[in-house]
Amino acid sequence: MSVIVLTLLGLVFGIGLGYAAIRFRVEGNPLVEKIDAVLPQTQCGQCGYPGCRPYAEAIAADEAEINQCPPGGDAGVRALADLLGRDPLPLNPDNGVAADGPQMVAVIDEETCIGCTKCMQVCPVDAIAGAAKHIHTVLNAYCTGCELCLPPLCPVEKCIVMAPEETSIREWKWPSPEAPAARSAA
Amino acid sequence: MAEYLTLLFAAIFVDNMVLSRFLGLCPFMGVSKKLAPAIGMGMATAFVLTLSSVCSHLADEYLLRPLGLEYLKTVTFILVIAVIVQATELGMRKTSPLLHSVLGIYLPLITTNCAVLGIALLNVQEGNDLIRSALYGFGGALGFTLVMVLFASVRERLDLADVPPSFRGAPIALMTAGFMSVAFMGFAGMA
Amino acid sequence: MAESGSAGREKRGMKKLWRFGGGVKLSGHKTVSDPAKVQRAPLPKRLYLPLRQHIGAPAEPVVEVGSYVYKGQVLAVSSAFVSAPVHAPSSGTVIAIEKHTMPHQSGIAEECAVIETDGADRWHPDIAPLPRPGLLSADELRARIREAGIVGLGGAVFPSAAKLKPPRAIDTLILNGVECEPYITCDDALMRSRPEEIVRGLLLVQRVVESAECIIAVEDNKPEAIARMRDAVEKLRASGVGGSDAIEVVAVPTRFPAGGEKQLIKVLTGKEVPQGGLPYEIGIVCLNVGTTAAVYDAVYEGRPLVARIMTVTGPQIRQPANFEVLIGTPVQDMLDAAGGVVSDAHTLIMGGPMMGTRLPHGQVPVVKASNCILVENAALADRQPAMPCIRCGTCATVCPINLLPQQLYWHARGKAYDKLDRHHLADCIECGCCAVVCPSRIPLVQYFRYAKTEKAAQEARDAFADQSRVRMQLREARLARLAREQEERKAKRKAARLGKKKTKVPIDQAGPATREMAGEAREVVA
Repeated sequence: MSVIVLTLLGLVFGIGLGYAAIRFRVEGNPLVEKIDAVLPQTQCGQCGYPGCRPYAEAIAADEAEINQCPPGGDAGVRALADLLGRDPLPLNPDNGVAADGPQMVAVIDEETCIGCTKCMQVCPVDAIAGAAKHIHTVLNAYCTGCELCLPPLCPVEKCIVMAPEETSIREWKWPSPEAPAARSAA
Repeated sequence: MAEYLTLLFAAIFVDNMVLSRFLGLCPFMGVSKKLAPAIGMGMATAFVLTLSSVCSHLADEYLLRPLGLEYLKTVTFILVIAVIVQATELGMRKTSPLLHSVLGIYLPLITTNCAVLGIALLNVQEGNDLIRSALYGFGGALGFTLVMVLFASVRERLDLADVPPSFRGAPIALMTAGFMSVAFMGFAGMA
Repeated sequence: MAESGSAGREKRGMKKLWRFGGGVKLSGHKTVSDPAKVQRAPLPKRLYLPLRQHIGAPAEPVVEVGSYVYKGQVLAVSSAFVSAPVHAPSSGTVIAIEKHTMPHQSGIAEECAVIETDGADRWHPDIAPLPRPGLLSADELRARIREAGIVGLGGAVFPSAAKLKPPRAIDTLILNGVECEPYITCDDALMRSRPEEIVRGLLLVQRVVESAECIIAVEDNKPEAIARMRDAVEKLRASGVGGSDAIEVVAVPTRFPAGGEKQLIKVLTGKEVPQGGLPYEIGIVCLNVGTTAAVYDAVYEGRPLVARIMTVTGPQIRQPANFEVLIGTPVQDMLDAAGGVVSDAHTLIMGGPMMGTRLPHGQVPVVKASNCILVENAALADRQPAMPCIRCGTCATVCPINLLPQQLYWHARGKAYDKLDRHHLADCIECGCCAVVCPSRIPLVQYFRYAKTEKAAQEARDAFADQSRVRMQLREARLARLAREQEERKAKRKAARLGKKKTKVPIDQAGPATREMAGEAREVVA
């Protein structure tokens, strides 16, 4: 008797759940959007994936750890940890060090540029303006500092380098009071 | 009416699932690091608890007892709970995938949450009718959510505070839970 | 030395006053620099005029390097609404327009016009008092204020012409002569030496904003200044000058930061400025006495803002005093004019001990915002290391904005920006009351400043990331489209080669790609 009852119960519930699984099917993974929103969009590839979106997809699929992104730094790892409810890990040093100090942007030396368009084609955010056999220039406002355009891609020596972006007083940040060099004014 | 209110009060405060009966400690410790997932977990458990306590009671009263199969109640209740949890998980995956991802393994673990099974069995043990079962389940669920929210809020503050290194993480959390439990002892004897 | 306050009401004389919550009583050090005398600062050899000495867009230079300029001549202008022009404070030659260190904690350099003075201090020949100032309209007055480069001299340097164009009617005009910060006496000195000019300037401003009521507020630790201002108002009233009936000089209780705009409005009117809002939203405009005196100069003398009264004071300066100083004078020149610094163990602060900013060195220019140079002991300025927070809550009792500094502190340490928003970090005026009373000597204001700029930087980073993402998606779409078109072309070429024998699509019915290819095919075949 008990066997029959339990079997029947199991069957009924199983059919119900199967129906529910089909009815509540979810396409895609909206989690990827949320992860991508947290990543810095440098598109540099240092995490080992060809861009920020593939890395986000890998994290969502549990194929990658959250500590692979140097441009995001420790703050980025912590933001991902908060988002996903995981423990924050220290940044993976194999991918490079976190950017400390002013934002670096690419700078082209116009005298040396030969107009080969190689850097223009590789820039993931179209931050280099120019045309074939014409001078190229980097648009500072868009450059993310991904360094994909540097030699060996650029065939000319000392044509394209990374330089720190200037901060104006409005963008200047107060140092942390916990840093040893910090001083108070009041 | 007063009787039902007393039952509700008892379920939430006096006989609090987590702090007085020490049931459901797994999600209590596991999902309480941040307030948002804690609230989500609390509500998910509340939903499952209420629904399962009603369904378990119905199963017991209209299926097991007439057929004389009371000894199957543990298995049956677990079956009922598992189905409800699975349905909840499917629904949550559709409506809030972020919460679903954050809760992770703890969502299916509601199945094995002793609070859920415990309330279902307690209802049978005390011979509650349908309304009392529902109220007891609902009250227990409210109490669980309340304590989850309180604990998560305290833990968020503890995260920022100057805790000695050897106490950081689980030790201070357990101590806090202990203090809260002692505080809830103040309700003893009220109902 | 420091006390906390609670909200309440007091009657002082004829005007009813309120109290703002919080605040501390500080020892004023007001007698260190004597406010009774204003010395004229010696003319410096070089003047460095930053092109942005105000909130808003920087001004663009209109003079060329090498040209001779008169005192009061326009050096730079801007067409933005929130901006102000810069004038030459003395006659001489513009020897450069280059980057120079700003009087700012960061030591960052910004564009300055550098003038080598010729010693003659000649005013521009066109500078003359405006004819019939009593008949000027509000718009004309406003235009004049803008032309004269007048900005708020209380420290916020908001362009006054923009401030005096509020989108709604103004009931009350408040003149802020409170000067609540210790050590600073420049406004006191101004009120004692030029009270009538201030009142006349006030009447001009009243005509611009058309307010019914005018209040001149002075802290009650300045009885001499209060008396002089009252006398000046009486004198104008007696001579029947229009509008002087509505002016009242009120003594407010001495408490830091009573001179803060929002606190002063609460004390005088009992009203509170809405959070994140500006005083005009409740029908009030608040100006510093120095700004008003500058308005007088601009209209009655025709002179733009080129000088201000500045206090040079502190325990480490030999002869503290108030000076009338030309904008652009190097701070080092002013230190020398005040007898020089006592020892090397000093720090230079522009402003007061509570809200001032540390200067990197003396080679920075005096700007329109410089109300005081405080030369403090180095030992005091460099705090001893902070002890852990004991959660006493005294900081919350003294906050004049009713914030919770303790919570802000913990969240600033944990970088929880959403929680900082919920506790209204943006409303903190960085007055320093909380840091002064903290028993653990935690530099709370440093934490809040750090959190504010970190948050702004984070938001800028997020906006940049969004922009980069969009650009990347557009680029990928473009590349995908190009690849697709190329595929189409290849396929059509192949089809054309194969189908040339079998099906002939009339050329005028084929699509543009096929037509192009047909053209190519013809070339190839031919």
